[in-house]
Parts: sequence; C-alpha cells; structure tokens
Amino acid sequence: MTSLPTHTDKKLGLVIDLDTCVGCHACVVSCKGWNTENYGAPLSDQDAYGADPVGTFLNRVHSYEVQPADGAAALVHFPKSCLHCEDAPCVTVCPTGASYKRVEDGIVLVNETDCIGCGLCAWACPYGAREMDGAEKVMKKCTLCVDRIYNENLPEEDREPACVRTCPAGARHFGDFADPDSNVSKLTAERGGMDLMPEQGTKPVNKYLPPRPKDEAIDILAPLLEPVAEKPEGLLAWLDKALEKI
Amino acid sequence: MKQPVVEASPHVSDEVKKTTCYMCACRCGINVHMKNGKVAYIEGNRDHPVNQGVLCAKGSAGIMQVNAPSRLRAPLKRVGPRGSGEFKEISWEESLTLATDWLAPVRENNPEKLAFFTGRDQSQSFTSFWAQAYGTPNYAAHGGFCSVNMAAGGIYTMGGAFWEFGQPDWEHTKMFVLFGVAEDHDSNPIKMGIGKIKGRGAKVIGVNPIRSGYNAVADDWFGITPGTDGLLILALVHELLRAGKIDLDYLADYTNAPCLINEVEGPEKGLLLRDDTGKLLVMDRVTGQPMAFDHPDVRPDLRGEITRGGATHRTVFRTMIEKYLDPAYAPDAVADRCGIPAARIKALAAELARVAFDEEIVLDQPWTDFRGRRHDKMVGRPVSFHSMRGISAHANGFQTCRALHILQIILGSVEVPGGFRFKPPYPKPAEAHPKPHCKVTPGAPLDGPHLGFVHGPDDLCLKDDGSPARIDKAYTWENPMSAHGLMHMVISNAYAGDPYKIDTLFMYMANMSWNSSMNTKGVMDMLTDKDEAGEYVIPRIIYSDAYSSEMVAYADLILPDTTYLERHDCISLLDRPICEADGAADAIRWPVIEPDRDVRGFQSVLCDLGARLGLPGFVNDDGSQKYEDYADYIVNHQRRPGVGPLSGWRGGANDGGTGRGDVNPDQLDRYIENGGFWVKHIPAEARYFKPWNAAYQDWAVETGIYDAPQHYLFTLYSEPMRRFQLAAEGHGERQPPDHLRERIREKLDPLPIWYGTEDENKGDAYPITALTQRPMAMYHSWGSQNAWLRQIHGQNPLFVPTKLWEEHGFAEGDYARVTSPHGEISVPVAHMAALNENTIWTWNAIGKRKGAWALGEGAPEATKGFLLNHLIHELLPAKGDGLRWANSDPVTGQAAWFDLKVRIEKVGARAECAPEFPPIKSPVGKGPQDLTWKTKGKAAAE
Amino acid sequence: MHPAPSIIAFTTLSGLGFGLLVFLGLGLPAPTGWIAFFHFGLGFGLAVVGLTASTLHLGHPERAWKAFSQWRSSWLSREGVLAVAALLVMGLFALGRVFGLYDAPVLGWIGAVLSALTIYATSMIYAQLKTVPRWNHWSTPVQFGLFALGGGALLAGQLGVAILGVAAAVLFQMLNWQWGDTRFAERGHTGETATGLGAMGQVRAFEPPHTGNNYLLKEMVHQVGRRHASKLRLIGITLAATPLLLVILPAVPVVFGLLAILHCAGVLVIRWLFFAQAEHVVSLYYGRAA
Ligand SMILES: Nc1nc2c(c(=O)[nH]1)N[C@H]1C(S)=C(S)[C@@H](COP(=O)(O)OP(=O)(O)OC[C@H]3O[C@@H](n4cnc5c(=O)[nH]c(N)nc54)[C@H](O)[C@@H]3O)O[C@H]1N2
Ligand SMILES: Nc1nc2c(c(=O)[nH]1)N[C@H]1C(S)=C(S)[C@@H](COP(=O)(O)OP(=O)(O)OC[C@H]3O[C@@H](n4cnc5c(=O)[nH]c(N)nc54)[C@H](O)[C@@H]3O)O[C@H]1N2
Ligand code: SF4
Ligand code: SF4
Ligand code: SF4
Ligand code: SF4
Ligand code: SF4
Ligand SMILES: [Mo]
Repeated sequence: MTSLPTHTDKKLGLVIDLDTCVGCHACVVSCKGWNTENYGAPLSDQDAYGADPVGTFLNRVHSYEVQPADGAAALVHFPKSCLHCEDAPCVTVCPTGASYKRVEDGIVLVNETDCIGCGLCAWACPYGAREMDGAEKVMKKCTLCVDRIYNENLPEEDREPACVRTCPAGARHFGDFADPDSNVSKLTAERGGMDLMPEQGTKPVNKYLPPRPKDEAIDILAPLLEPVAEKPEGLLAWLDKALEKI
Repeated sequence: MKQPVVEASPHVSDEVKKTTCYMCACRCGINVHMKNGKVAYIEGNRDHPVNQGVLCAKGSAGIMQVNAPSRLRAPLKRVGPRGSGEFKEISWEESLTLATDWLAPVRENNPEKLAFFTGRDQSQSFTSFWAQAYGTPNYAAHGGFCSVNMAAGGIYTMGGAFWEFGQPDWEHTKMFVLFGVAEDHDSNPIKMGIGKIKGRGAKVIGVNPIRSGYNAVADDWFGITPGTDGLLILALVHELLRAGKIDLDYLADYTNAPCLINEVEGPEKGLLLRDDTGKLLVMDRVTGQPMAFDHPDVRPDLRGEITRGGATHRTVFRTMIEKYLDPAYAPDAVADRCGIPAARIKALAAELARVAFDEEIVLDQPWTDFRGRRHDKMVGRPVSFHSMRGISAHANGFQTCRALHILQIILGSVEVPGGFRFKPPYPKPAEAHPKPHCKVTPGAPLDGPHLGFVHGPDDLCLKDDGSPARIDKAYTWENPMSAHGLMHMVISNAYAGDPYKIDTLFMYMANMSWNSSMNTKGVMDMLTDKDEAGEYVIPRIIYSDAYSSEMVAYADLILPDTTYLERHDCISLLDRPICEADGAADAIRWPVIEPDRDVRGFQSVLCDLGARLGLPGFVNDDGSQKYEDYADYIVNHQRRPGVGPLSGWRGGANDGGTGRGDVNPDQLDRYIENGGFWVKHIPAEARYFKPWNAAYQDWAVETGIYDAPQHYLFTLYSEPMRRFQLAAEGHGERQPPDHLRERIREKLDPLPIWYGTEDENKGDAYPITALTQRPMAMYHSWGSQNAWLRQIHGQNPLFVPTKLWEEHGFAEGDYARVTSPHGEISVPVAHMAALNENTIWTWNAIGKRKGAWALGEGAPEATKGFLLNHLIHELLPAKGDGLRWANSDPVTGQAAWFDLKVRIEKVGARAECAPEFPPIKSPVGKGPQDLTWKTKGKAAAE
Repeated sequence: MHPAPSIIAFTTLSGLGFGLLVFLGLGLPAPTGWIAFFHFGLGFGLAVVGLTASTLHLGHPERAWKAFSQWRSSWLSREGVLAVAALLVMGLFALGRVFGLYDAPVLGWIGAVLSALTIYATSMIYAQLKTVPRWNHWSTPVQFGLFALGGGALLAGQLGVAILGVAAAVLFQMLNWQWGDTRFAERGHTGETATGLGAMGQVRAFEPPHTGNNYLLKEMVHQVGRRHASKLRLIGITLAATPLLLVILPAVPVVFGLLAILHCAGVLVIRWLFFAQAEHVVSLYYGRAA
C-alpha cells in the first residue's frame, strides 16, 4: 500500500499553538502512556534506570530561543510529532507497504507486522517523527491515536488524542482540516497556521500557530499617567474633589 | 494490495478507579484504568474541580512511580554507620516496638526532645494533631522553607494568599501579571488559566529574571534583577497614587486605609484607634464623627483626622501617601536597581490603571455587604496577579509580598470580578487563625496547636527565661511572625544544641540530607557527627519515606510508606484543601491497588504508634487503639462537633450535605462513588467580595468553615508588626535582645518597605545571583526514579546569560566553577539569552546522590546533575559578632534560597560535577535494564 | 547519517559485484569452464555478500521477503526485485558458460542491463531522499555508477575501461564532494524554516526535548570533524585511484587482483564518508546542523 492515496475523505490532524504551549511535557508522557499500553508494540526503554536511558517517544517537546533584530530574546516551546503529511515521503519509500496513509482520514500508520525495520522511512521524514523501537525493532510513530478517536469503548468526549485531552494549556487541537468549518481549519485561518519546512514539499496536515507578537502588549509610547499631584498635600486636595464626586 | 484493517476500538480497561494524584501537591483527580488488577493507564478526571480532565507530565507518569524499583519494601533498621545505607529488614512489630521504646520515655520526661517535622505532608492537620497529643512543641511541616512569606504576607494583609489558596478570576480577567512563578502548586489550574485567557486575547505579563515556561508565553516580559520586586511594585504604587488611579470607594469601605493611627507618644503609639468595644474607628464623611468601621451608616473618610489626648490622629491612607509619594519610589529612582527602564515601569503602571479603571467589568448580580448595604451590581477591576517563591524566597520577601497585595488592593482588584479571588476556607483573617502554642507538660499534650498567627510580642514562643521554646526558634525575636515554623533550621539547631539538644528527630517525606536542605554537605556531617562519648550528636533518627531517597541512608529506623495508589489519604478543608473560588471541595485517596511489599501507610502507622504511646485522642478509655487505621480516623474523627476531616456526605446526607453533620460510616464509599472528591458550590450572590459579603459569610458558617461570620478589613497597615516595633522601641514587658532591636524597628515596618539583601550576602564580592526553577516535568527529588521522566530531565546545566557567557568565553561542553561565600561547585554550562544579565540558574533537584533511587552506576543525575544547595547556607556569612544569623526573612523566618550570590569562572571540560560524594548502598538494589511495559502482554522486563 | 558497517559493505560490495556482472553479461570477457566459474563466482559472491550484509541492518530480516512487494513506489523494493532478477538471469547465463551447455548472449545482455539497473536502484535509495541534500542529486547515481563501472571493469580485467572508469569515478568524486559540501545550505533548510519562527527572529535550539539519547540522534545526527574528514577523503581517493597504476604496471592477474583490493578499500572509505558526512535536515531541530 505504499502508493499515497490520491485523495483522502478526511484530513485529520493537530493544530499546535506555539503562543500558549508552556513546554510542560504533559503531552509527551500521556502519549507514551497511551501508546505503550495500546497500538502495536509497547514503547520500550533501554537502560531505563542506567547511565544512558533511551526510550521510544512519539511526541517530543523541543525549545528554541528566538532573537529578534532588536528587543529581548524569546523562548518558544515546540512540541513535535508526526504531521501526517499529505505528500508523505516516509510512505512512498517503504519497501514492504508497512507504512501507509489511510484513505478515509489521511492518518499515516505503520503496520508493524509488515515492518522489516529497515529505517528508511525515518530517513525520509524531515521532521524526526519516526523512531525505531529498541526492543521490538519495528518503526513507531504517532498514530493520531487512531485507537482512541473512533474507540467505542471510550465515552464520546474522550474520543480525541491522548495528548490533546491532557494538554493543560489547551495548546493542542484535533480535527478535520478537510472541513473548512472545523475548529482546526478556523484556528489555522484566524491565526495564520503554518507548515514546518514547507520547502520539503511534504504538505504537512498538522499546522503550527505562531506566537503572538512579544513585548508589545505594553506600549511604552502610550500616554503615561497624568499626575494629579506631586506632594501629599496636593493629593489630599485632589482627594477632596474626587470624593465630592462620589 | 489493500489497506490493513486497524482495531479502532480496542478494549481500554476492565475498570476505572477514580482517586487523587500525588505526583505533586496539586492534587488533581485521576482516572486509573485497570487491566487484570494492574494499573494500565492514568488520565485526568474531567469532573474534578482542580484539573477538569487534564493531567501534567508527572501525573501521566504515575504508572512508572507505583512500579518504581526504588520503592522501599519493608521496615529497615540501620546496621552500618549512618549515611552508609546499610540496613537490615525487620518486621513491623519490631520496628514499632523499637519506636515506642525510644519515644515513650522522652514523652514522660521532656517531650520537647522529640522533633517531629514533615515535608511534603498532605495530612498536616493529622500529623500536627498527633504531635500535639504527644506534647512536643517541635512540630512543623515544610512551609517555613517553602513559601511562608507568601502565606503569611497574604493572610496578615488580606486574610488569604496566593499559593493554591486563591486564583485569578480566569473567566473575566483582562490582564494577568505573574511575579516570580515557574510552576507553583496550582500547576494544572495555572496552565489551564493561562491557556484560557490567552485564548480570549487577554494579556499575560511575566515579571521574572528568567523567561521560560509561563514567562515564555507571557506577552510581555520584565527580566527583573532578583530581589528587587519590592522596589518595582512600590514604584507602581507611587505612579498610581500620583495619578490618583486608585479605587477610593474600595479603599474606604473594605480596607483599614480610613482607620486612624494613634499619635500619642507611648506604648499605644502607631496602633489604630478603637472604640471601647475594641472595634476599629474611622471618621464618618457624613457626620464628621468617629464611628465603628462596621456601623451600618458609616461612610469612612480617607482624609479623616481627629484630635485626642493632645495629638492629631490621621488616617492610614494619609500615612501611605506621605510614604509612597516620596521620589525615592519614583520609577526613575528604582529603574537601574531593578534592571528595568523607567519608561517601561511607567508604561506598566499606565496599563494597569487603564485596564483596571477604563475596562471595569460590571456583573449585574446584587449583593449585600456586612454593613447591611445592598449593592445592585458587582463592579470589577479586571487586573489580576499571581506570585510565588520568586518573591517569597528572599529575605525581603514578606515585605515584598505585602507590597504586592497593597498594589492589588489600591487597584481595588481583590475579590472582585476580573481580579484575584480567594478559595475557601479563605478569606480568613489572621485574627481568625489560632495563635501558636508551646507550653510543654511532661507526659501530657501540648497546650494547643503548634502553628498559628501572632499579633504581638505576647504571642511569641519564648520560655520564661526568654529563650526560644521551639527547636527551630520559630516565633522568636529573630523571626516573630514565622507562621509555618522553620524546618530548614531544625537539624542545624539540634546539632548546635541551640537553643537546646534533642533526643529523637522524627521526619516524614522530606529529603533533608539532599535537595531539601541548605548546606547539604554540612547537613550530612551534622547527621553523622558523634560526640566525645562516641554517640551521634543527634542521637536518634526515625524517618518515613516510600522510596530509596538520599535521606533514608541517614536514619536509624525506616518506616516504609505506601505509594499514592496504595493507601487512604484525605485532602481536607482542615488542611491545604483543593477548593476552587466558586466552591468548597475536599477529596480522598484510596487503595486502588494493594501493596506488593511489607509497607504501611504512614498515617495508619501513626494511629498505631499513637496508641502504643497512649496518646490522648489515639486510645479509647480502656486504653485500646482508637483508630484502627487512617481510614478509620478520616471517617470517625471530629475536630468540632459536626466538623471532621471530610466535609462531604456527613450525617448520611445523600446529596453531599452542607459540610457539617455527624459521622457517616459510609462516607468513604460515597466519595469513591463520586469520583474521590466532594464539591459544594457557592451561590451566585456570594461569589465575590467574600470578606464583606453577608451571603458568603453565612454560607461559610453553614459549610462549617467557621462558626460565626468573620467580616474584616484588609490590612494595609499592620498592627502586629507595629507592636513588635513598639517592643523594639522599649515598650512592654517582653523585650527583644539588644542585637535585634534595630533590625526589628527597621524591618517590621507596618507599611511595606523594600530593603536589599545583597550586602549581608557579600554581593560586592559575589555579584551574580544564582537561582533554581521547578521543571514542570519533575517533582523535586522523586521524579528521577521515574523511567519516563528521567529521560526528559536526566541532568541539569547551569544556564548563563549572554553577557557572562561572552565575558567568560564559555563554549558548549564547558564547566564553570561557581563560588558563593559558603562553598563551590563545578558544573556544566549552557547559554541562555532570555535571561537577566546578572542571573544564572538551573533546574531544581535534578542532581542525585550516587546509589540513591535505585539508579545504576554512572546515572547522569549523579554525574552531570547537580544541586545549588551546596552553595546555600542556612546561616548568613559570619558578621564577626559570634552570633548565628539565619539565612531567613527577619519577619517570618522564610528560607532565603534566592538571595544566593556567587561568582563564576570557566574550568573547561570535566568528567563529573564537583563536589562528588561516595555512593550510598542501595537498600533496594538497582532497577532492571530494559522496560517493555504492557499490562496485558509481559510486565516490566522480567 | 550513522555510517552503519552493514550498509557500507552492502553498497560497496554489491556495487562491485553487479559491476563485474555487467561486463560478464556483455561478454567482456567471455570465459568458459573453470575460468568462467571463478569469474561469475566472484561477481555473484560480491553481490550476494553485499545483499546479505544489507539484511543485517534490518530489524526483522525474517520478513525481508516482504520488501519485494512495493516495486511500484519504493526504490528499496525495486533494488531487491532487480537484484534477484539480475542474479537469476545471470545465473542461467552463467550455467551455460560454466558447463558449456549452451551460449545465450541475449540472456547475458538482459542480465547486464538488470545488473546495471540494480546499481542504479541502489543509488536511488539514497538519491531520492530530499531530507539528505548531499545525496538528493543526480550526481549520486552517476557516482555509484562510475565506481561500479570502474571496479567492475577492473575485476573483469578490462584494462582500458578500468583505467578510464576509475579515473572518471575518482575525478567525479572530488567534484561531487565540492558540490555536496554546500548543497545543504543551497537548499535553504534552516532552523528558521524548520520551526517557522524565522519571522520572529534568529532561531537557536535551546534545551533538547530530552536530556536522554534517542534513535534519531543515533541514526541521523552524526558529525565528523572537518580535518578528520579531509584526511579520510585523501586516503579514500588515493586507494581508490591505485588502479591507475596499470598505466605503468604489467597488466597481469596478480596486479589486477592487488589493485582491485586496494581500490575496494578506497571505495569503502569513501562510502563511510558518504554516510558519515551526510547531513539530515532533522538535525536542524536538534540545533546540530552542519
Ligand atoms: N536549591 C533549592 N533547594 C530547594 C528549593 C529550591 O527552590 N531551590 N525548594 C525548596 C522547597 S520550596 C521545598 S518544598 C523542598 C522540597 O524538598 P523535599 O521536601 O525533600 O521534597 P521531595 O524531594 O519532593 O521529597 C521528599 C521525600 O518525600 C518522599 N516521598 C515521596 N512520596 C512519598 C510518600 O508517598 N510517602 C512518604 N513517606 N514519602 C514520600 C520522597 O521519596 C523524598 O525522599 O525543597 C527545597 N529545596
Ligand atoms: N513540576 C513541579 N511543580 C512543583 C514543584 C516541583 O518540584 N515540580 N514544587 C512545588 C513546591 S514545593 C513549591 S514551593 C512550588 C513553588 O513554585 P514556584 O514559586 O514557581 O517555584 P520556583 O520553581 O522556585 O520558581 C521561582 C520562580 O521565581 C523566579 N525568581 C527567583 N527570584 C526572583 C525574583 O527576585 N523576582 C522575580 N520576579 N522572580 C524571581 C525564578 O526565576 C522562578 O521562575 O512549586 C510546586 N510545584
Ligand atoms: S501539553 Fe500542551 S502545553 Fe504542555 S508541552 Fe504539550 S502542548 Fe505544550
Ligand atoms: S511527519 Fe514524517 S512521518 Fe509523519 S507523515 Fe510526514 S514524513 Fe511521514
Ligand atoms: S522501517 Fe518499516 S515502515 Fe519503515 S520503511 Fe522500513 S519497513 Fe517500512
Ligand atoms: S496523537 Fe496520540 S500518538 Fe500522536 S502524539 Fe498525540 S498522543 Fe501521541
Ligand atoms: S499537577 Fe500533575 S502531578 Fe501534580 S497532582 Fe496534578 S497531575 Fe498530579
Ligand atoms: Mo515548596
């Protein structure tokens, strides 16, 4: 199934709001928890309590310092998981068909029983969204919680990705980008949602909302407070007038 | 080839058990998904008042905690020397007999020789009850080194504080200013709130030397120089007063601004005038006559003055303007010191005023105030503030906290729509809290609760000879208003025998030989040092921990606790509750799994130990054990008739009840059915203006929060502080020692002041401030035993600002030697631009001792990870007067963690951080190599 | 990229093997009997050892057969299919030669074409990756082709072609390094495009997502020191170029063999660099960009 579908009915994905992400890693760990217990092989950890712990994670939160031409440097927390690209190179390179993009919703998945663990898909992904599991030796990646979003054993309200459900700051949004009226489409339109490394031509489905302008909320050019008095006596005099009004 | 079929509806769990998280003190509700009896997955409980479904990284990693290889397995008796970690496992019977044999004689002869201190304790109302019954005055939890300045500053000023005792009005606030917060106890609620208001486009302002986390998402960042917030805040006060941008009605009606300051020379000078029933007096604007502040017709006059006893007494407000209009508080005067341009300070003041007054919110919700006046709407000033240790963990923190509250109050933005709101049981004025008790009677209980709020010298905990009654010297002239005690001084004082020696140190949930202590190395030495007779200077140490922490190695007897999913706990309104601004709430933990080890819940152990010691309240009349275990206590104990640890479903009510009522034997079942918690919402009319809102006061009484309405005025001007000043000026029976007079006169100013702390910390020779921050994905020391979390924070660099980075020619991979007046460390550096140019910092408590926490050889936590604590001393650098000056706030005794001054130099690359410590022997062995976790499938790498 | 020995061996040996088979297929030379046995044996040997080496790199070699299914879209799959086809056809061709049963030059030509295509497919596994600008270029198949040609000719004892081929390969490699060193920058992948934060200012990676290590860093973020690299380049080129000595040395089998071994060693070094120096765009997210 390695050829990409020419069209997907839905385009499910995430909007990640870089303006509100506080970098708490909640999404990282809830993802680890859910996917260790669910889809496919558990996300294993090698040397878990030792000198060089290395585990499989499907979502990791980076942080970047951004230095504007003038003004103070800013810090941006930057969660990154599979972007479920429309033109997913990770899929077309796969020799076995283990990697595929679903026709119904565009989710990019790995069928672990077909995966030979060659790693080529991870090489083909510009975003570092695929990790070979150290124990099972198959390729792991964000499943967009395909085993939650349709899961009849979960209450309706919980049929969303684990990372979205847990995000304390509400910086992660899940929805269908094919539907212009969906929450994610609207957010993307309103806030100028952007693609990562667009020049790679992968057409990511996930969008990132840029941080709002920094250090402009308080305008130092705005009118300053008019003094009503410089000395206590003056202020008391003003107070007399002020109190008359009340 | 066709697309594979995915099992989109896999079986999620056999059962969901709802309890309370304890991966930190935020106490969120969790859904624990169980598969064949094992914990399979943990998520947030959507119905829970605290987290409403979300869960942080720590909470989500709970499964790695309850299965951690570092869990203690059985009671331990020390066989090797202290600090070696050599123990032998013993039975509970043996361990409890031993503890009883140690503690019984102490109680018979001199109970004060037991020092019982608890750390991350969430059952303080219970542990203090036990300590009181035992009869020692030496009890406190960790609040004293944590953030007592914040609690005391808030409660003494407005009858409520930041911490998790209050919250911004997330629904309505339009401008949120965050002073010195990285994470706080309200971890999830603050994140939810910030997300919510940013979603609305409301502004978030961060005042913090470091721009990370909350401050990274702040729209504006003020990279202030540490320790100078008081100046910045008072400059804002100056600007607002100068421009008359203050809420006059609010000040007149709800604060002591219109109260009159006694000007008559003598022991009353500077106190407030009262009528003969003891009520505060104000001048009435209508009649021009003095009236009681709560008189139904009074219109308090902010200008008021009255001549009596040959002196003219003016209002607090007039004293305030005289003080704060002083050019010394002008933005231009403070800018350099704060490291913030005057223009930005002025702009911030202007923006605060604009939002508070031009964007005022009006809720058309009538309410009635305590004077019986009906208001047809609720008017709000939508600027809100929050603050925590960035302000409180300095030796000028108490006054700075007070200053911040004054700023909130003159803006009229406390307990109003869009402002800062209290959570029940707050508001509760200092007067409504108990006073501290310290009267010891051998073989009998203490004369009352240990901790409380003092109102003057008479309430201090001093012996007849004037020496401190408590081992931590709380409530003494050194730190009179130390509401939470001074846990950070206990070991140091006990070792020095100052004020006296003790017999047994009994600790619970505090890693005192490591991240919890200042002067870590020194503490290790104090714990292991022996006297001439070859006995340990601190003869006996009993400790309860759940995991193989650094402290375990330093105890003689270990009482191993359960993990948070294996025991009963009670998050009580008598304690630090989980209420929200719109309702009272409490919660429980209950065993969702059974321990697979020979461990017991510590509170249950105290029930047993209490009975063995025959403590009143823990034995029946026939001497038999009163509470079989903690669950029994939670349900059956009553503090006051109808009021107990849990407020829900009392008196068998099915609807949850009022909060008061008789014991209900099925109470815990009701809680479990309800998801582990209880909430009682506040009626609309009572939601704001709580301290003065008649409807709220009645609701609070009905709910059992207190027994009679508690109306009060906000304390801009603090009489308790003035009383200590009077003593320092020579008035009254109880007199401070001479070496403290000047300090008390200066530092206990009844109106907020600012003073620098760099001099006593040798700021001239050590010009850089070194700080720590809480990592959001780690909880102090106990995150590192967690296989998932330790991959996120397995080591901690020292972050260095651009200026210093370039000045010292640092490069990636370099180490720096950091030197303070007290010691030095060598640690890896990393560059950070979004940082105050004279501040360096690192993540707190990532560094670990080799051998602890069941971590393997060469664990990065023990090689590349480090603590700043080695540089911080519990005492100030010696002043040459031979006295031991605590590195604490002179008002409350708050540990001044963030006054740390250092210098740094480049030392190139190193293999490990310095200082290095020999490994301790692990009482639990080491963790497994690999984890391939799956509850169905194979368990943790057998 | 992480220079995995299995992959270096795979590309080098199968390259030489199929290179040799190309010549044998074209009947240059056209030995029979024992000579043919050794010639073909060498070709098949190198190719098969190379292919087997590549399976060592797999997490699940036992499923390797599944890799034949995606020839429509996947170069790795195509490489597998072509390799097997080439070996089968050349096998039949060889049988005829070795046992003198029959002579089917057409099989030889087909086999030669398949072998050439196999070499091309192998190179395309790397050349197709936009994520590795250094590889993602027409020069990669040319480079692989030239080394296979030169090496193959050498093993096939084709003096003229060998000298020309090796010369071309070596010269082209030097050019290729020059181009490759700047391509990442030319493609315009930066921390700013990776994060989309360029509009705010200059982007610098602050804290890594985890202080612990991970698969991506081990597999794709590999750095070689400049000086170390240029030293290896010199060594690689020198060894690979040794066959040019045939201009002066006597063209006897021993010499051919010896030079072939030296040449092969050179190509191994060059392949190590091919991987070790390849910068993957993901390193931008880790602030480790070259
Ligand atoms: N440099 C620096 N030092 C600091 C601070 C700082 O900001 N900078 N912060 C200070 C502050 S505010 C605080 S509150 C302290 C916190 O420091 P501590 O109070 O020491 O807190 P922890 O290290 O989280 O945990 C204390 C112990 O509780 C144990 N424990 C965990 N769960 C359980 C349980 O269920 N039962 C029992 N019995 N034990 C358990 C842990 O194993 C650990 O040994 O650190 C202080 N130290
Ligand atoms: N994830 C997690 N959550 C926790 C904890 C934990 O260990 N991990 N610990 C809990 C405990 S015990 C406590 S006490 C709370 C503490 O919660 P916080 O008060 O957030 O504690 P800190 O992390 O010490 O943050 C102190 C902040 O103040 C800043 N700061 C330092 N000095 C100054 C100053 O002079 N002025 C200003 N404006 N800012 C300053 C520091 O840069 C830092 O951002 O967190 C609780 N919550
Ligand atoms: S949970 Fe939300 S806020 Fe936290 S790191 Fe993930 S996206 Fe950011
Ligand atoms: S992000 Fe990477 S793994 Fe995900 S679809 Fe795009 S290319 Fe494939
Ligand atoms: S690792 Fe698995 S999924 Fe990825 S390309 Fe190879 S076979 Fe396909
Ligand atoms: S959608 Fe699911 S799998 Fe993907 S990052 Fe979020 S939690 Fe992980
Ligand atoms: S904040 Fe996190 S760790 Fe703390 S109680 Fe809530 S979920 Fe648990
Ligand atoms: Mo704390």
